[in-house]
Amino acid sequence: MSDKIKSEEIYLRNPHFRFQWEEAQGCYVLLFPEGMVRLNGGAGEVLSRLDGNKTVAAVVEELKAAFPDAPELESDVLAMLELGLEKTWIVRK
Amino acid sequence: MLNNGVAAQSTPKPLWLLAEVTYRCPLHCAFCYNPTDYVSHTQNELTTEEWLRALREARKMGALQLGISGGEPLLRDDIEEIVAEAGGLGYYSNLITSGVGLTEKRIAEFKRGGLDHIQLSMHDITKEINNFITDTNTFQLKQKVAAMIKDYGYPMVLNVVIHRYNIEHIGEILEMAEALGAEYVELANTQYYGWSLVNRAQLMPTREQIEKAEAITNKFRERVGSKMRVFFVVPDYYSDRPKKCMNGWGEVFMIVTADGTVLPCHSARVLPNMTFPNVRENGLEWAWTESPAFNKYRGDSWMKEPCRTCPEKEKDLGGCRCQAFLLTGDAETADPVCSLSPNHDVILQAIEEAKNPQIAAQPIIFRTDKNSQKIVEGDRERIEQFHALP
Repeated sequence: MSDKIKSEEIYLRNPHFRFQWEEAQGCYVLLFPEGMVRLNGGAGEVLSRLDGNKTVAAVVEELKAAFPDAPELESDVLAMLELGLEKTWIVRK
Repeated sequence: MLNNGVAAQSTPKPLWLLAEVTYRCPLHCAFCYNPTDYVSHTQNELTTEEWLRALREARKMGALQLGISGGEPLLRDDIEEIVAEAGGLGYYSNLITSGVGLTEKRIAEFKRGGLDHIQLSMHDITKEINNFITDTNTFQLKQKVAAMIKDYGYPMVLNVVIHRYNIEHIGEILEMAEALGAEYVELANTQYYGWSLVNRAQLMPTREQIEKAEAITNKFRERVGSKMRVFFVVPDYYSDRPKKCMNGWGEVFMIVTADGTVLPCHSARVLPNMTFPNVRENGLEWAWTESPAFNKYRGDSWMKEPCRTCPEKEKDLGGCRCQAFLLTGDAETADPVCSLSPNHDVILQAIEEAKNPQIAAQPIIFRTDKNSQKIVEGDRERIEQFHALP
């Protein structure tokens, strides 16, 4: 998988951040003191599935089922999780 | 026309709404950005119902981040209602306060209403400087309020305005923030508008002090890692390019002031020949999308040289319109902070003045109703003055 992200690990969204769908923006957003991030489609799909119960492998499977035509989906998800960790959008359970 | 003739459909959406619910304030900070003539806007504050309507309108337009500020917002007794409405509407809401007036009863009510965080202003590690620069006896109160914010499970967000009187303490200020358990610290180098412009020579640190403060901040960041986020707001007088003020005029921010005036930035009231919309007469949708004031400096079609043909114009959009006006008398010229501005010497001169011990030792003028009244009346001579700390 990846050096930092292991398939059996479980991640959840940082509980200090607010995550919500914004109709006016047409995207998911992360809200925190002094800032916000408008997530692109892929990041939003990944973060919306991090419920603190599913393993990384399960999230990848779910996304593969939802987007069967997406190429290199697994590596995209891992890259997204690494970025999320670095930005503290997500935390390891 | 606006956006070089592109239709209104490309008008950006407001993401941040700042509600300056009152200009009244128990503190008298010498660096306050509020207008020096604020006493002329303290009558006629919006009612609770008018605020709730403004929140609903802005949310409908897509606003997400809500700052409840002032003056001191807690001087109003309806902040609980405003917070609860914001929570119900799905705002991410922030109470920006000096801490004066924050009680256990009120903070519990804010928590119930869905307030997301509280930004507390702190001034120094010493009682002496805290009490001097705010012209109040509030040092202990702020320590108590910080603990209360933590007790109620809020992320701790501290805002420290940095100026000559506290810049040498920046390391200790950061340590204090760490000891209080702060998650976010904003070290806001003074920007010179309103009262801080009046007191600029007395407040401005030297370039060496700024550089030292930034080095200490960076070292601190390395040590604490991701447990605390530290913002160091760039002191623009010491940059050679201006800030992209408000991330662009009418791009992201919308401010509704105590009397209902709708502004694209905190200090836009100073600009001449502008009629700003008011929520009492105009809907926020019209104010943001259609009003001449919000379209005046949107995009870059208003620019003149050297900005118009500058390869960097998209980076900073020519800087701050208010600063351009305040320092050159022309709101449409380049922000003089830019080294390419023909007026850049006014910045260099201000830096020199701040180094001159005689000018810098002139009395500080605090933000008080009396001083504001005298400024309104044009009576600068009789303004109540207090001497700078030795």
